[in-house]
Amino acid sequence: MSAVQQETTVTANPTADAESRATRLMKRRSRVRFYEIVIWLAAIAAYFVLPSKMLILTEIAILALFAVSLDLVLGFAGIVSLGHTAFFGFGAYIAGLLALHFIAEPVIGLIVAGILSGVLGLLTSFLILRGSDLTRLMTTLGIGLMMAELANQMAWLTGGADGLSGFSLNPVLGLFEFDLFGKTGYLYCLAVLFIGTMIMRRIAFSPFGLSLKAIKGNPMRAAMIAVPARKRIVTAYTIAAVFAGMAGALLAQTTSFVSPDVLAFHRSADVLLVLVIGGTGYLYGGIFGAVLFTLVKDWLSVVTPQYWMFYIGLILVVLVLIGRDRLARWIEYLPERFSKSKEEGR
Amino acid sequence: MLTILFDGVAYGMLLFILACGLTVTLGLMNFINLAHGAFAMAGGYVTVIMMNRYGISFYWCLPAAFLVSALIGLVLERTLYQWLYQAPHLDQVLFSIGIVFMAIAATDYFMGGQQQLINLPPELSGRMDVFGVGVGRYRLFTIVVCALLAVALQFILSKTRFGSRLRAAVDDRRVAMGLGINVPLVFALTFAFGSGLAGLGGAMGAEILGLDPNFPLKFMIYFLIVVSVGGTSTVSGPFLAALLLGIADVAGKYYVPAIGPFVIYALMIVMLIVRPNGLFARGGR
Amino acid sequence: MSDIVLETRNLKRYFGAFLATNDVSLKVERGARHALIGPNGAGKTTLINLLTGVLPPSEGQVFLEGEDITSMASFRRVKRGLTRTFQINQLFSEFTPLETVALAIAEREGVGHNLWRSIAGYGKVVDEAATLLARFGLASVMAERTVILPYGKQRLLEIALAFASKPRVLLLDEPAAGVPEDERHEVLSIVSDLPADVTVLLIEHDMDLVFSFANRISVLVAGALFTEGTVAEISADPRVKAVYLGENA
Repeated sequence: MSAVQQETTVTANPTADAESRATRLMKRRSRVRFYEIVIWLAAIAAYFVLPSKMLILTEIAILALFAVSLDLVLGFAGIVSLGHTAFFGFGAYIAGLLALHFIAEPVIGLIVAGILSGVLGLLTSFLILRGSDLTRLMTTLGIGLMMAELANQMAWLTGGADGLSGFSLNPVLGLFEFDLFGKTGYLYCLAVLFIGTMIMRRIAFSPFGLSLKAIKGNPMRAAMIAVPARKRIVTAYTIAAVFAGMAGALLAQTTSFVSPDVLAFHRSADVLLVLVIGGTGYLYGGIFGAVLFTLVKDWLSVVTPQYWMFYIGLILVVLVLIGRDRLARWIEYLPERFSKSKEEGR
Repeated sequence: MLTILFDGVAYGMLLFILACGLTVTLGLMNFINLAHGAFAMAGGYVTVIMMNRYGISFYWCLPAAFLVSALIGLVLERTLYQWLYQAPHLDQVLFSIGIVFMAIAATDYFMGGQQQLINLPPELSGRMDVFGVGVGRYRLFTIVVCALLAVALQFILSKTRFGSRLRAAVDDRRVAMGLGINVPLVFALTFAFGSGLAGLGGAMGAEILGLDPNFPLKFMIYFLIVVSVGGTSTVSGPFLAALLLGIADVAGKYYVPAIGPFVIYALMIVMLIVRPNGLFARGGR
Repeated sequence: MSDIVLETRNLKRYFGAFLATNDVSLKVERGARHALIGPNGAGKTTLINLLTGVLPPSEGQVFLEGEDITSMASFRRVKRGLTRTFQINQLFSEFTPLETVALAIAEREGVGHNLWRSIAGYGKVVDEAATLLARFGLASVMAERTVILPYGKQRLLEIALAFASKPRVLLLDEPAAGVPEDERHEVLSIVSDLPADVTVLLIEHDMDLVFSFANRISVLVAGALFTEGTVAEISADPRVKAVYLGENA
């Protein structure tokens, strides 16, 4: 095997050399990137710098968590979902109902909503295992619509078209009261987003996260290195449902209102757009995308309150035609990535 | 009972005409066009405008709806869709959702958000009695027209020169091009034809399905069920799937109004469990 | 009695009306270096696909170490020691070779489901991946994206990946295809260095390679098993020559 090994026999002990390099590279994979620190610092700074913008910042944080959860399904496992809002809306209703009838402690409500959404995700995940992209589109869309129809029909529980209102929440952990300006609300959502992102970050760099990308990249090969694709997809889908449900719960808790709109199709489409704007498969795309999307949508709804949907549609079309890969690649030009590719290119 | 069945058949036939264009774009060009309903909506609004504003006969509106939708389809295919045939499904989904959003907002802007009503010609309205079964005249008309179209479609695809070119272009694009078949032209015509059929379905369905700017979204799930349950390799698959869906939906809403809206989802889930590769998929892969 | 590791009984596979695998009953002994040869279109790759569960057979059964695995999912077969390489590279284009091989080792070790620990935390997995990559001459490119590697390197990665699963039965589908002439024997010598109890089933067109590597040869023609024997028997068999000459002349 000498010829094949030639290039590595320059050093005294090629194997040990390769091992130490591999260890270094693997550690480097999960290292904290520069832009991560920047984004979290910016989010905290926004609290002090933009005291009048708490509501939109809260909206961004919630949408970001929702989008990051979808990234696990779309960017990692490669499943295009048209009904991710089923879990968002379900979580919102659970949180609303809990606050209305049982317990007004937000953190407990958040956790319960997350768990129940996860159960819903687990149950429905078995339906997306089968068939092609097309059947998955049908299934995810169908589940989303079914949840919306359920909320509509069970008006005695959900308030039907009027939604759920008339509940208020206790201070977070009994310490921080929700204020009129939404300052507590923002910090609460930001904290949940941070914890959620950190958890999903760990997942992304685990063998599990890598195996999801393998399933997305080449399912046949993934099977031939013994990746149990179905089990992994079920797990990923369930985790994504947990965090989507939590995002919904945050919306219910910070606005003290659940409208049937939380289950509307356009939310599933919006969150796809968010992720596509920010880029898929590295989690922070959801956060970058949420910032951009919310700003654009906010601006559009001022300029053209009734027809902003047209421009969202236009953005989608233009984005695809230009090539979303090309747009999403901007992240590679951030300084940290640059230094990384230099080292690895050697 | 038979009346329900009859209404269900009419509904299913309409769904077939609406969805069969999607079957073609999907099966032949591997393009997931979620905006298919927008072409149907265009046909519906063409009819509404022609009838209600200009008083043109309903019978003239149907071919006009077909032509206008087909033309829109042709233009969009040449300018936009054709660039995305090789794109990942995610791109196609995003793109076509974008088209849907634009169509909804634009329709809302020009026509308003309300339900549109059309006045059918007198000979098509009302019911008549056939062997003791109450039969809606318009529904009978729908069934006859759609059945004729389905037969014509089957004939075109299997027996004509264009049909064989289409199948060749789908089987192997490069070989078909080598044989001197103008593949882009075949695709464009097919796309236009499918859009035209959707427009015709939208025009005929305005009375039965209703028509408002949210039409493309409302019926997206129906179209998806028809093509994924019926498969894309035949005409008869989607046809039977559409009939089944139509009958189940009508019967469900009539007999169990409380859970009627869920019948189609139940059907979808049962199908997924029993026949994940479609109702009429051939064995194996 | 010999020890049969892999066996098919009356295996058939139709594609439409075309019979790609025609009643194949094949037995492979433990530790064999078994070659599967035959003219183009004889159904060799289809047979491998049936053995590994990439395709379901129309009729017949597959046994691995006496156990019926006919309807077992591919990944379970790999877990039981049945691994393959593909004739056309099947790799993860966005992964680095290090990530690719490390994942395969992690799955073999049963830690692939762990979603809390970073892969870097599995020192043994990373070390083994590095060693394996070095052995296949891939150490220098371990951090490149697979898609930009030259074809020969990708081919080596394809084979290294099968090794990462530590197979007990290894199915090689034209492993030397696309590998430069002078490296072909290197590739097969790495395969030959496998422990004696690892069984290898090799599909190959290069007869020199087959004759130097295999100790048993099965000939597949038009989907059916044509003949089987030792290297000496097959190389002396005029009918085999006729089949090949008829095809390749």
